[in-house]
Amino acid sequence: MDGPGEPWVGQAVPRLEDAALLSGNARFIDDLAPVPGIRHVALLRSPYAHARISKVDITEAAALDGVYGVLTGAELVTELDPLASAVRAPVDYFPIASDKVRYVGEPVALVAAVDRYVAEDALERIVVDYEPLPAAVDPVAALEDSAGQVHERVGSNLVHHRTFRYGDPDRAFDEAAAIVSLDWRYPRQASTPIETYGAVAHYEEAPERYTIWSNFQGPFILQPLMARALRVPGNRLRLVAAPHSGGSFGIKQGLYPYLVLLAAASRMLGCPLKWIEDRSEHLMASSAASDRADSIEAAFDQEGTLTGLRYRNLVSVGAYIRAPEPASVYRMHAASNGCYRTRNIAVDNRLVLTNKTPIGLNRGYGGPQFFFGLERAMDKAARSLGVDPAELRRRNFIPANAFPYDAPAGALYDSGDYAKGLDLALELADYEALKARRDAARAAGKLFGIGFACGVEPSGSNMAYVTLAQTPEERAKTGGRSGGAAVATVALDPSGAATVTLDSTPAGQGHATAAAQIVADGLGMRPEEVQVVTTMDTQNGDWSLASGNYANRFSAIVVDAIVESTDRIAMKLKAVAADMLEVAPDDVELSGGRARIAGVPDDGIALARVAAATHWHPAGLPEGLSPGLREAATLSPDVLDAPDEQDRVASAVTFGYICDLAAVEVDPKTGRITVETYVSVHDVGRVLNPILVEGQVRGGFAHGFGAAVMEDLVYDSEGNFLSGSFADYACPTAADLPPVTVGHVETASPANALGSKGMGDGSSMLTPAVMANAVADALGRDDVELPLTLDRVWRLAREAS
Amino acid sequence: MKPASFAYIRPETQDEALSALAEHGDDALVLAGGLSLGAMLNMRLAFAETIIDINRIPALNRIERVDESLRTGAMVRQADALKSADVSEAAPLLRLGLQNVGHYQTRSRGTLGGSVAHADPSAEIPLCLATLDGVVELASQRGSRRVPAREFADTALSTIREPDEMVEALHWPIHTGAGVAFQEIAQRHGDFAIVAVAAVIRNETEFSLGFGGVEGVPRVLDGMVGGSVEETVGAFVDELDAMDDPRASAEYRIGVARHLGVQTLRQAQELAT
Amino acid sequence: MSAKFEADARVRVNCTVNGKRHTGYAEPRTQLCDFLRHELHLYGTHVGCEHGVCGACTITLDGRLARSCMTYAVQAEGAEIGTVEGLSEPGTLNPLQRAFSDHGALQCGFCTAGILISTTYFLADNPMPSEQEVREMLSGHLCRCTGYEGMVRAILSVAGGGS
Repeated sequence: MDGPGEPWVGQAVPRLEDAALLSGNARFIDDLAPVPGIRHVALLRSPYAHARISKVDITEAAALDGVYGVLTGAELVTELDPLASAVRAPVDYFPIASDKVRYVGEPVALVAAVDRYVAEDALERIVVDYEPLPAAVDPVAALEDSAGQVHERVGSNLVHHRTFRYGDPDRAFDEAAAIVSLDWRYPRQASTPIETYGAVAHYEEAPERYTIWSNFQGPFILQPLMARALRVPGNRLRLVAAPHSGGSFGIKQGLYPYLVLLAAASRMLGCPLKWIEDRSEHLMASSAASDRADSIEAAFDQEGTLTGLRYRNLVSVGAYIRAPEPASVYRMHAASNGCYRTRNIAVDNRLVLTNKTPIGLNRGYGGPQFFFGLERAMDKAARSLGVDPAELRRRNFIPANAFPYDAPAGALYDSGDYAKGLDLALELADYEALKARRDAARAAGKLFGIGFACGVEPSGSNMAYVTLAQTPEERAKTGGRSGGAAVATVALDPSGAATVTLDSTPAGQGHATAAAQIVADGLGMRPEEVQVVTTMDTQNGDWSLASGNYANRFSAIVVDAIVESTDRIAMKLKAVAADMLEVAPDDVELSGGRARIAGVPDDGIALARVAAATHWHPAGLPEGLSPGLREAATLSPDVLDAPDEQDRVASAVTFGYICDLAAVEVDPKTGRITVETYVSVHDVGRVLNPILVEGQVRGGFAHGFGAAVMEDLVYDSEGNFLSGSFADYACPTAADLPPVTVGHVETASPANALGSKGMGDGSSMLTPAVMANAVADALGRDDVELPLTLDRVWRLAREAS
Repeated sequence: MKPASFAYIRPETQDEALSALAEHGDDALVLAGGLSLGAMLNMRLAFAETIIDINRIPALNRIERVDESLRTGAMVRQADALKSADVSEAAPLLRLGLQNVGHYQTRSRGTLGGSVAHADPSAEIPLCLATLDGVVELASQRGSRRVPAREFADTALSTIREPDEMVEALHWPIHTGAGVAFQEIAQRHGDFAIVAVAAVIRNETEFSLGFGGVEGVPRVLDGMVGGSVEETVGAFVDELDAMDDPRASAEYRIGVARHLGVQTLRQAQELAT
Repeated sequence: MSAKFEADARVRVNCTVNGKRHTGYAEPRTQLCDFLRHELHLYGTHVGCEHGVCGACTITLDGRLARSCMTYAVQAEGAEIGTVEGLSEPGTLNPLQRAFSDHGALQCGFCTAGILISTTYFLADNPMPSEQEVREMLSGHLCRCTGYEGMVRAILSVAGGGS
């Protein structure tokens, strides 16, 4: 492409990341030895859900050949301050247990040795005396007085309770023609990237500082928390991301307590330490999405208009509130109306401590649990009102002409056309034929069902939404919180080659490719000519509290920072080139690697020459221009303001849309669900690169389908953990996933310069609800819970018949 | 997830292997394909002072017809058995079972003998061998002996193999032309079965119907063709003492065993006629 | 003669990886994946579960597919090993690798090495597989990013097969 042509943004540009990944040349955290003299860490973990530690004897372990040091929790904790969270409660969270253990897998002691093999040998030689205590496992039972007390100082396991009202929900329910209610349990699940947690922590004296290389992915709001726990100023804690990360889906956020632990141990033992979590540790003790006991009520008028919603959420947070929790409970809060017009909403949120691994970011982050309630209630309402479930949703959608839409709990929906997306889903599924097929199947005695779910996808989070966990009075005391900043830096070196540095710590999403497309468009280059740096380094790079890879932040916010910094570079290039070409800057265009005079073909100068001038000859630059070419743009969308006194908050900057439809047949003899049709329609705003979007859509579905059908972190009634291997925790394989028909509608977002929306959670939020709805329709019963394993579905089918 | 220390012996002949077993048997584990043992060693669920690696004993790789049986050496790889014309002709039930064993990748290195020696309650290969009333050939320096497959595993993951013995070969009664069927149900493709059922019809009159994954060891119903399949299978399945674990309840196992048992036996009968 | 090594022995292991001779040291218990990565510095093979389910560490060992986490380095004495580093010449991608990129068959790329090794072996064994056969082969690997769709398409495109 020589002259200006079709922009790179929007094209299926092959991923720049792929060549290294496909040839074995990409480097991940376990491939790195960034400093010499590294010792290897293994962690002794609690076999008990709840027990007092009466004695830890490390004598034999410390004496083992090859062992460099052994540290107990009690020793480590004295060197640390607790890790803070937004919930004001007497719950001290340290990354290792000292006086008692509160979940199976909680670290109890740390061994550093010549290699991981010897470190594990030493673990077997540590003797811990435990006095077992009654465990709080089930979220409802944990509220009873007789339940084990996870943190005695709280006084009960109920650690947080807030209620919210928007509009007049009581009146809506008083006047309702019909009320639909559902209550259910939601299981624990985890996103289980194929690469586990990993880190190298290095303490240096004089000046005192910590450097940690890891696959931690942010949010970097956790960096000051870590520094505080280590009792050092923020500039003494440097976090460096590994060149590649083997997937995250949010869960690598939960690595940060281990970073604090390793940093402290590195200082105490006087050597750099490496820890690579193994799969069993990961399943047992990394992080999980919350298990819940939730309920919903939905009020409807005579016409089937949804007039009010009441949510009651009881969330098992695990043994500690690990920041940014309880964000998962509040992520969907500002969008509690889903896709619908109702303005009367009541929410009751209770967090209960349980003897389980602390919850944290996992794909969908609160979305699957939220939509399971709302969208199952909509399907149930459709059945009880005698309205087609698609039609019921259409009647209640926020209309296309109402955007931007100010949702009752404060979310500002940027754009959307929900009915259009639904229509496309119906068309792709051939809904009328599907219904006829259902009739025929039922007439033949078969269990055939159709389920729907529609949802919004909040992206680019307001860092302040988690402060909904505090009352307006508490928030007033702590000072304002708002925003969701992004920073991107674009530079042209003396050879004219472009480098863009991102703060989005990607884990496979293809940010480098999309960023290169954006820069290439802005500077008239080819994407493969742009170098993209994603190895976030808090010492040598630009970052903000909001930096990181979460909440679909990249295509909602980060892209705007890339556009802005690229524009600034382009303006400077044009100014310099204009001077060289003796035209006005506005007459210069950048294309094909050259600065040209607009409208004059085959003219201009190579960008390399223009760039060189800024580096080699600053004195020759037009007046007012600084030397060099480097621009860092930091921005935070204006809409992301602090929560107001009514607990309304604009929680995210873009709101995508998803409409999924599933048709299933259930075999009552085996409980096997066969997916006959699955359609998934998305509005991601402007598509930056179809390869990347397709990958996120299909990957999100796979996570959602696994969660719907097979994934379950199982604890028994004593809190023993039963899902400690990939044989026990079942993730779907290529042979388990049904075909999916994907469709797109596009409403450009006004929230950023490109019109794109965040996307990536996608169907992971809706597939659990859709599958449950389809199975409920097939079985003719509403008490359908997850995961829809063979055993569970068989049982439901047997009871239904 | 790293194994505890072990000494390692890699014999090159069966005699060397038996000598190593005679010397170390009490504290040794035999390493075949390693698809189960490797995982257990890595997770420190299995420990051994000595690992005896029998991957380099060529004699254990043979498939041959001996008398009325197909004899498969202990180290015949599952993938090779699946491709073997001898297996297809002389032990078609094994071929059906093998299609359900693990994954393409694990079958490449996984062995027939290793699976039988490991005695997982859900494993397909020991189920097929028990259903066919095959024989496990054990060898030690004391001599060799043949044990009916139905008696080889005593409980889940445990067999009557003596510490100085190794599984040398499996004998599959030739059932050319017989009706065979195999069905299983698992949550995911390639998982160990929750319930697996193998059926074989002999002489168009007798059947054997084996159930894996229900009890700790395969259970086989032998009977005569004719009569109500539902009643015959139902009566047998009702007496089974089914396992209960997070993957599936005992009720589910019984319910599905009945359903798959009837289907599988019917299918075998249809194919036999 | 039997090879015999004591539990704490430091054993010299000679093998050929991707056609090149390598020598390193291992204890009897050293996993082959650790030997390849941390002793021979071939970091392209990844480790995802260490119990043989995820398939990330899949390699070829003397003409068979092996989970290198459940194979021990001492077992590789004299063996021919194939890893992702040997699939194409430096600086180039082979048709399968290119197809993976074109079809969006990878995201984080952590599981990819094992899948490429399996697929290469599989296509030599079964050059014209059906989609169902490809899916069954892939079921020996876990990928959490892609939903596998791109992999299936990429493999079928190279195989010249199709549904």
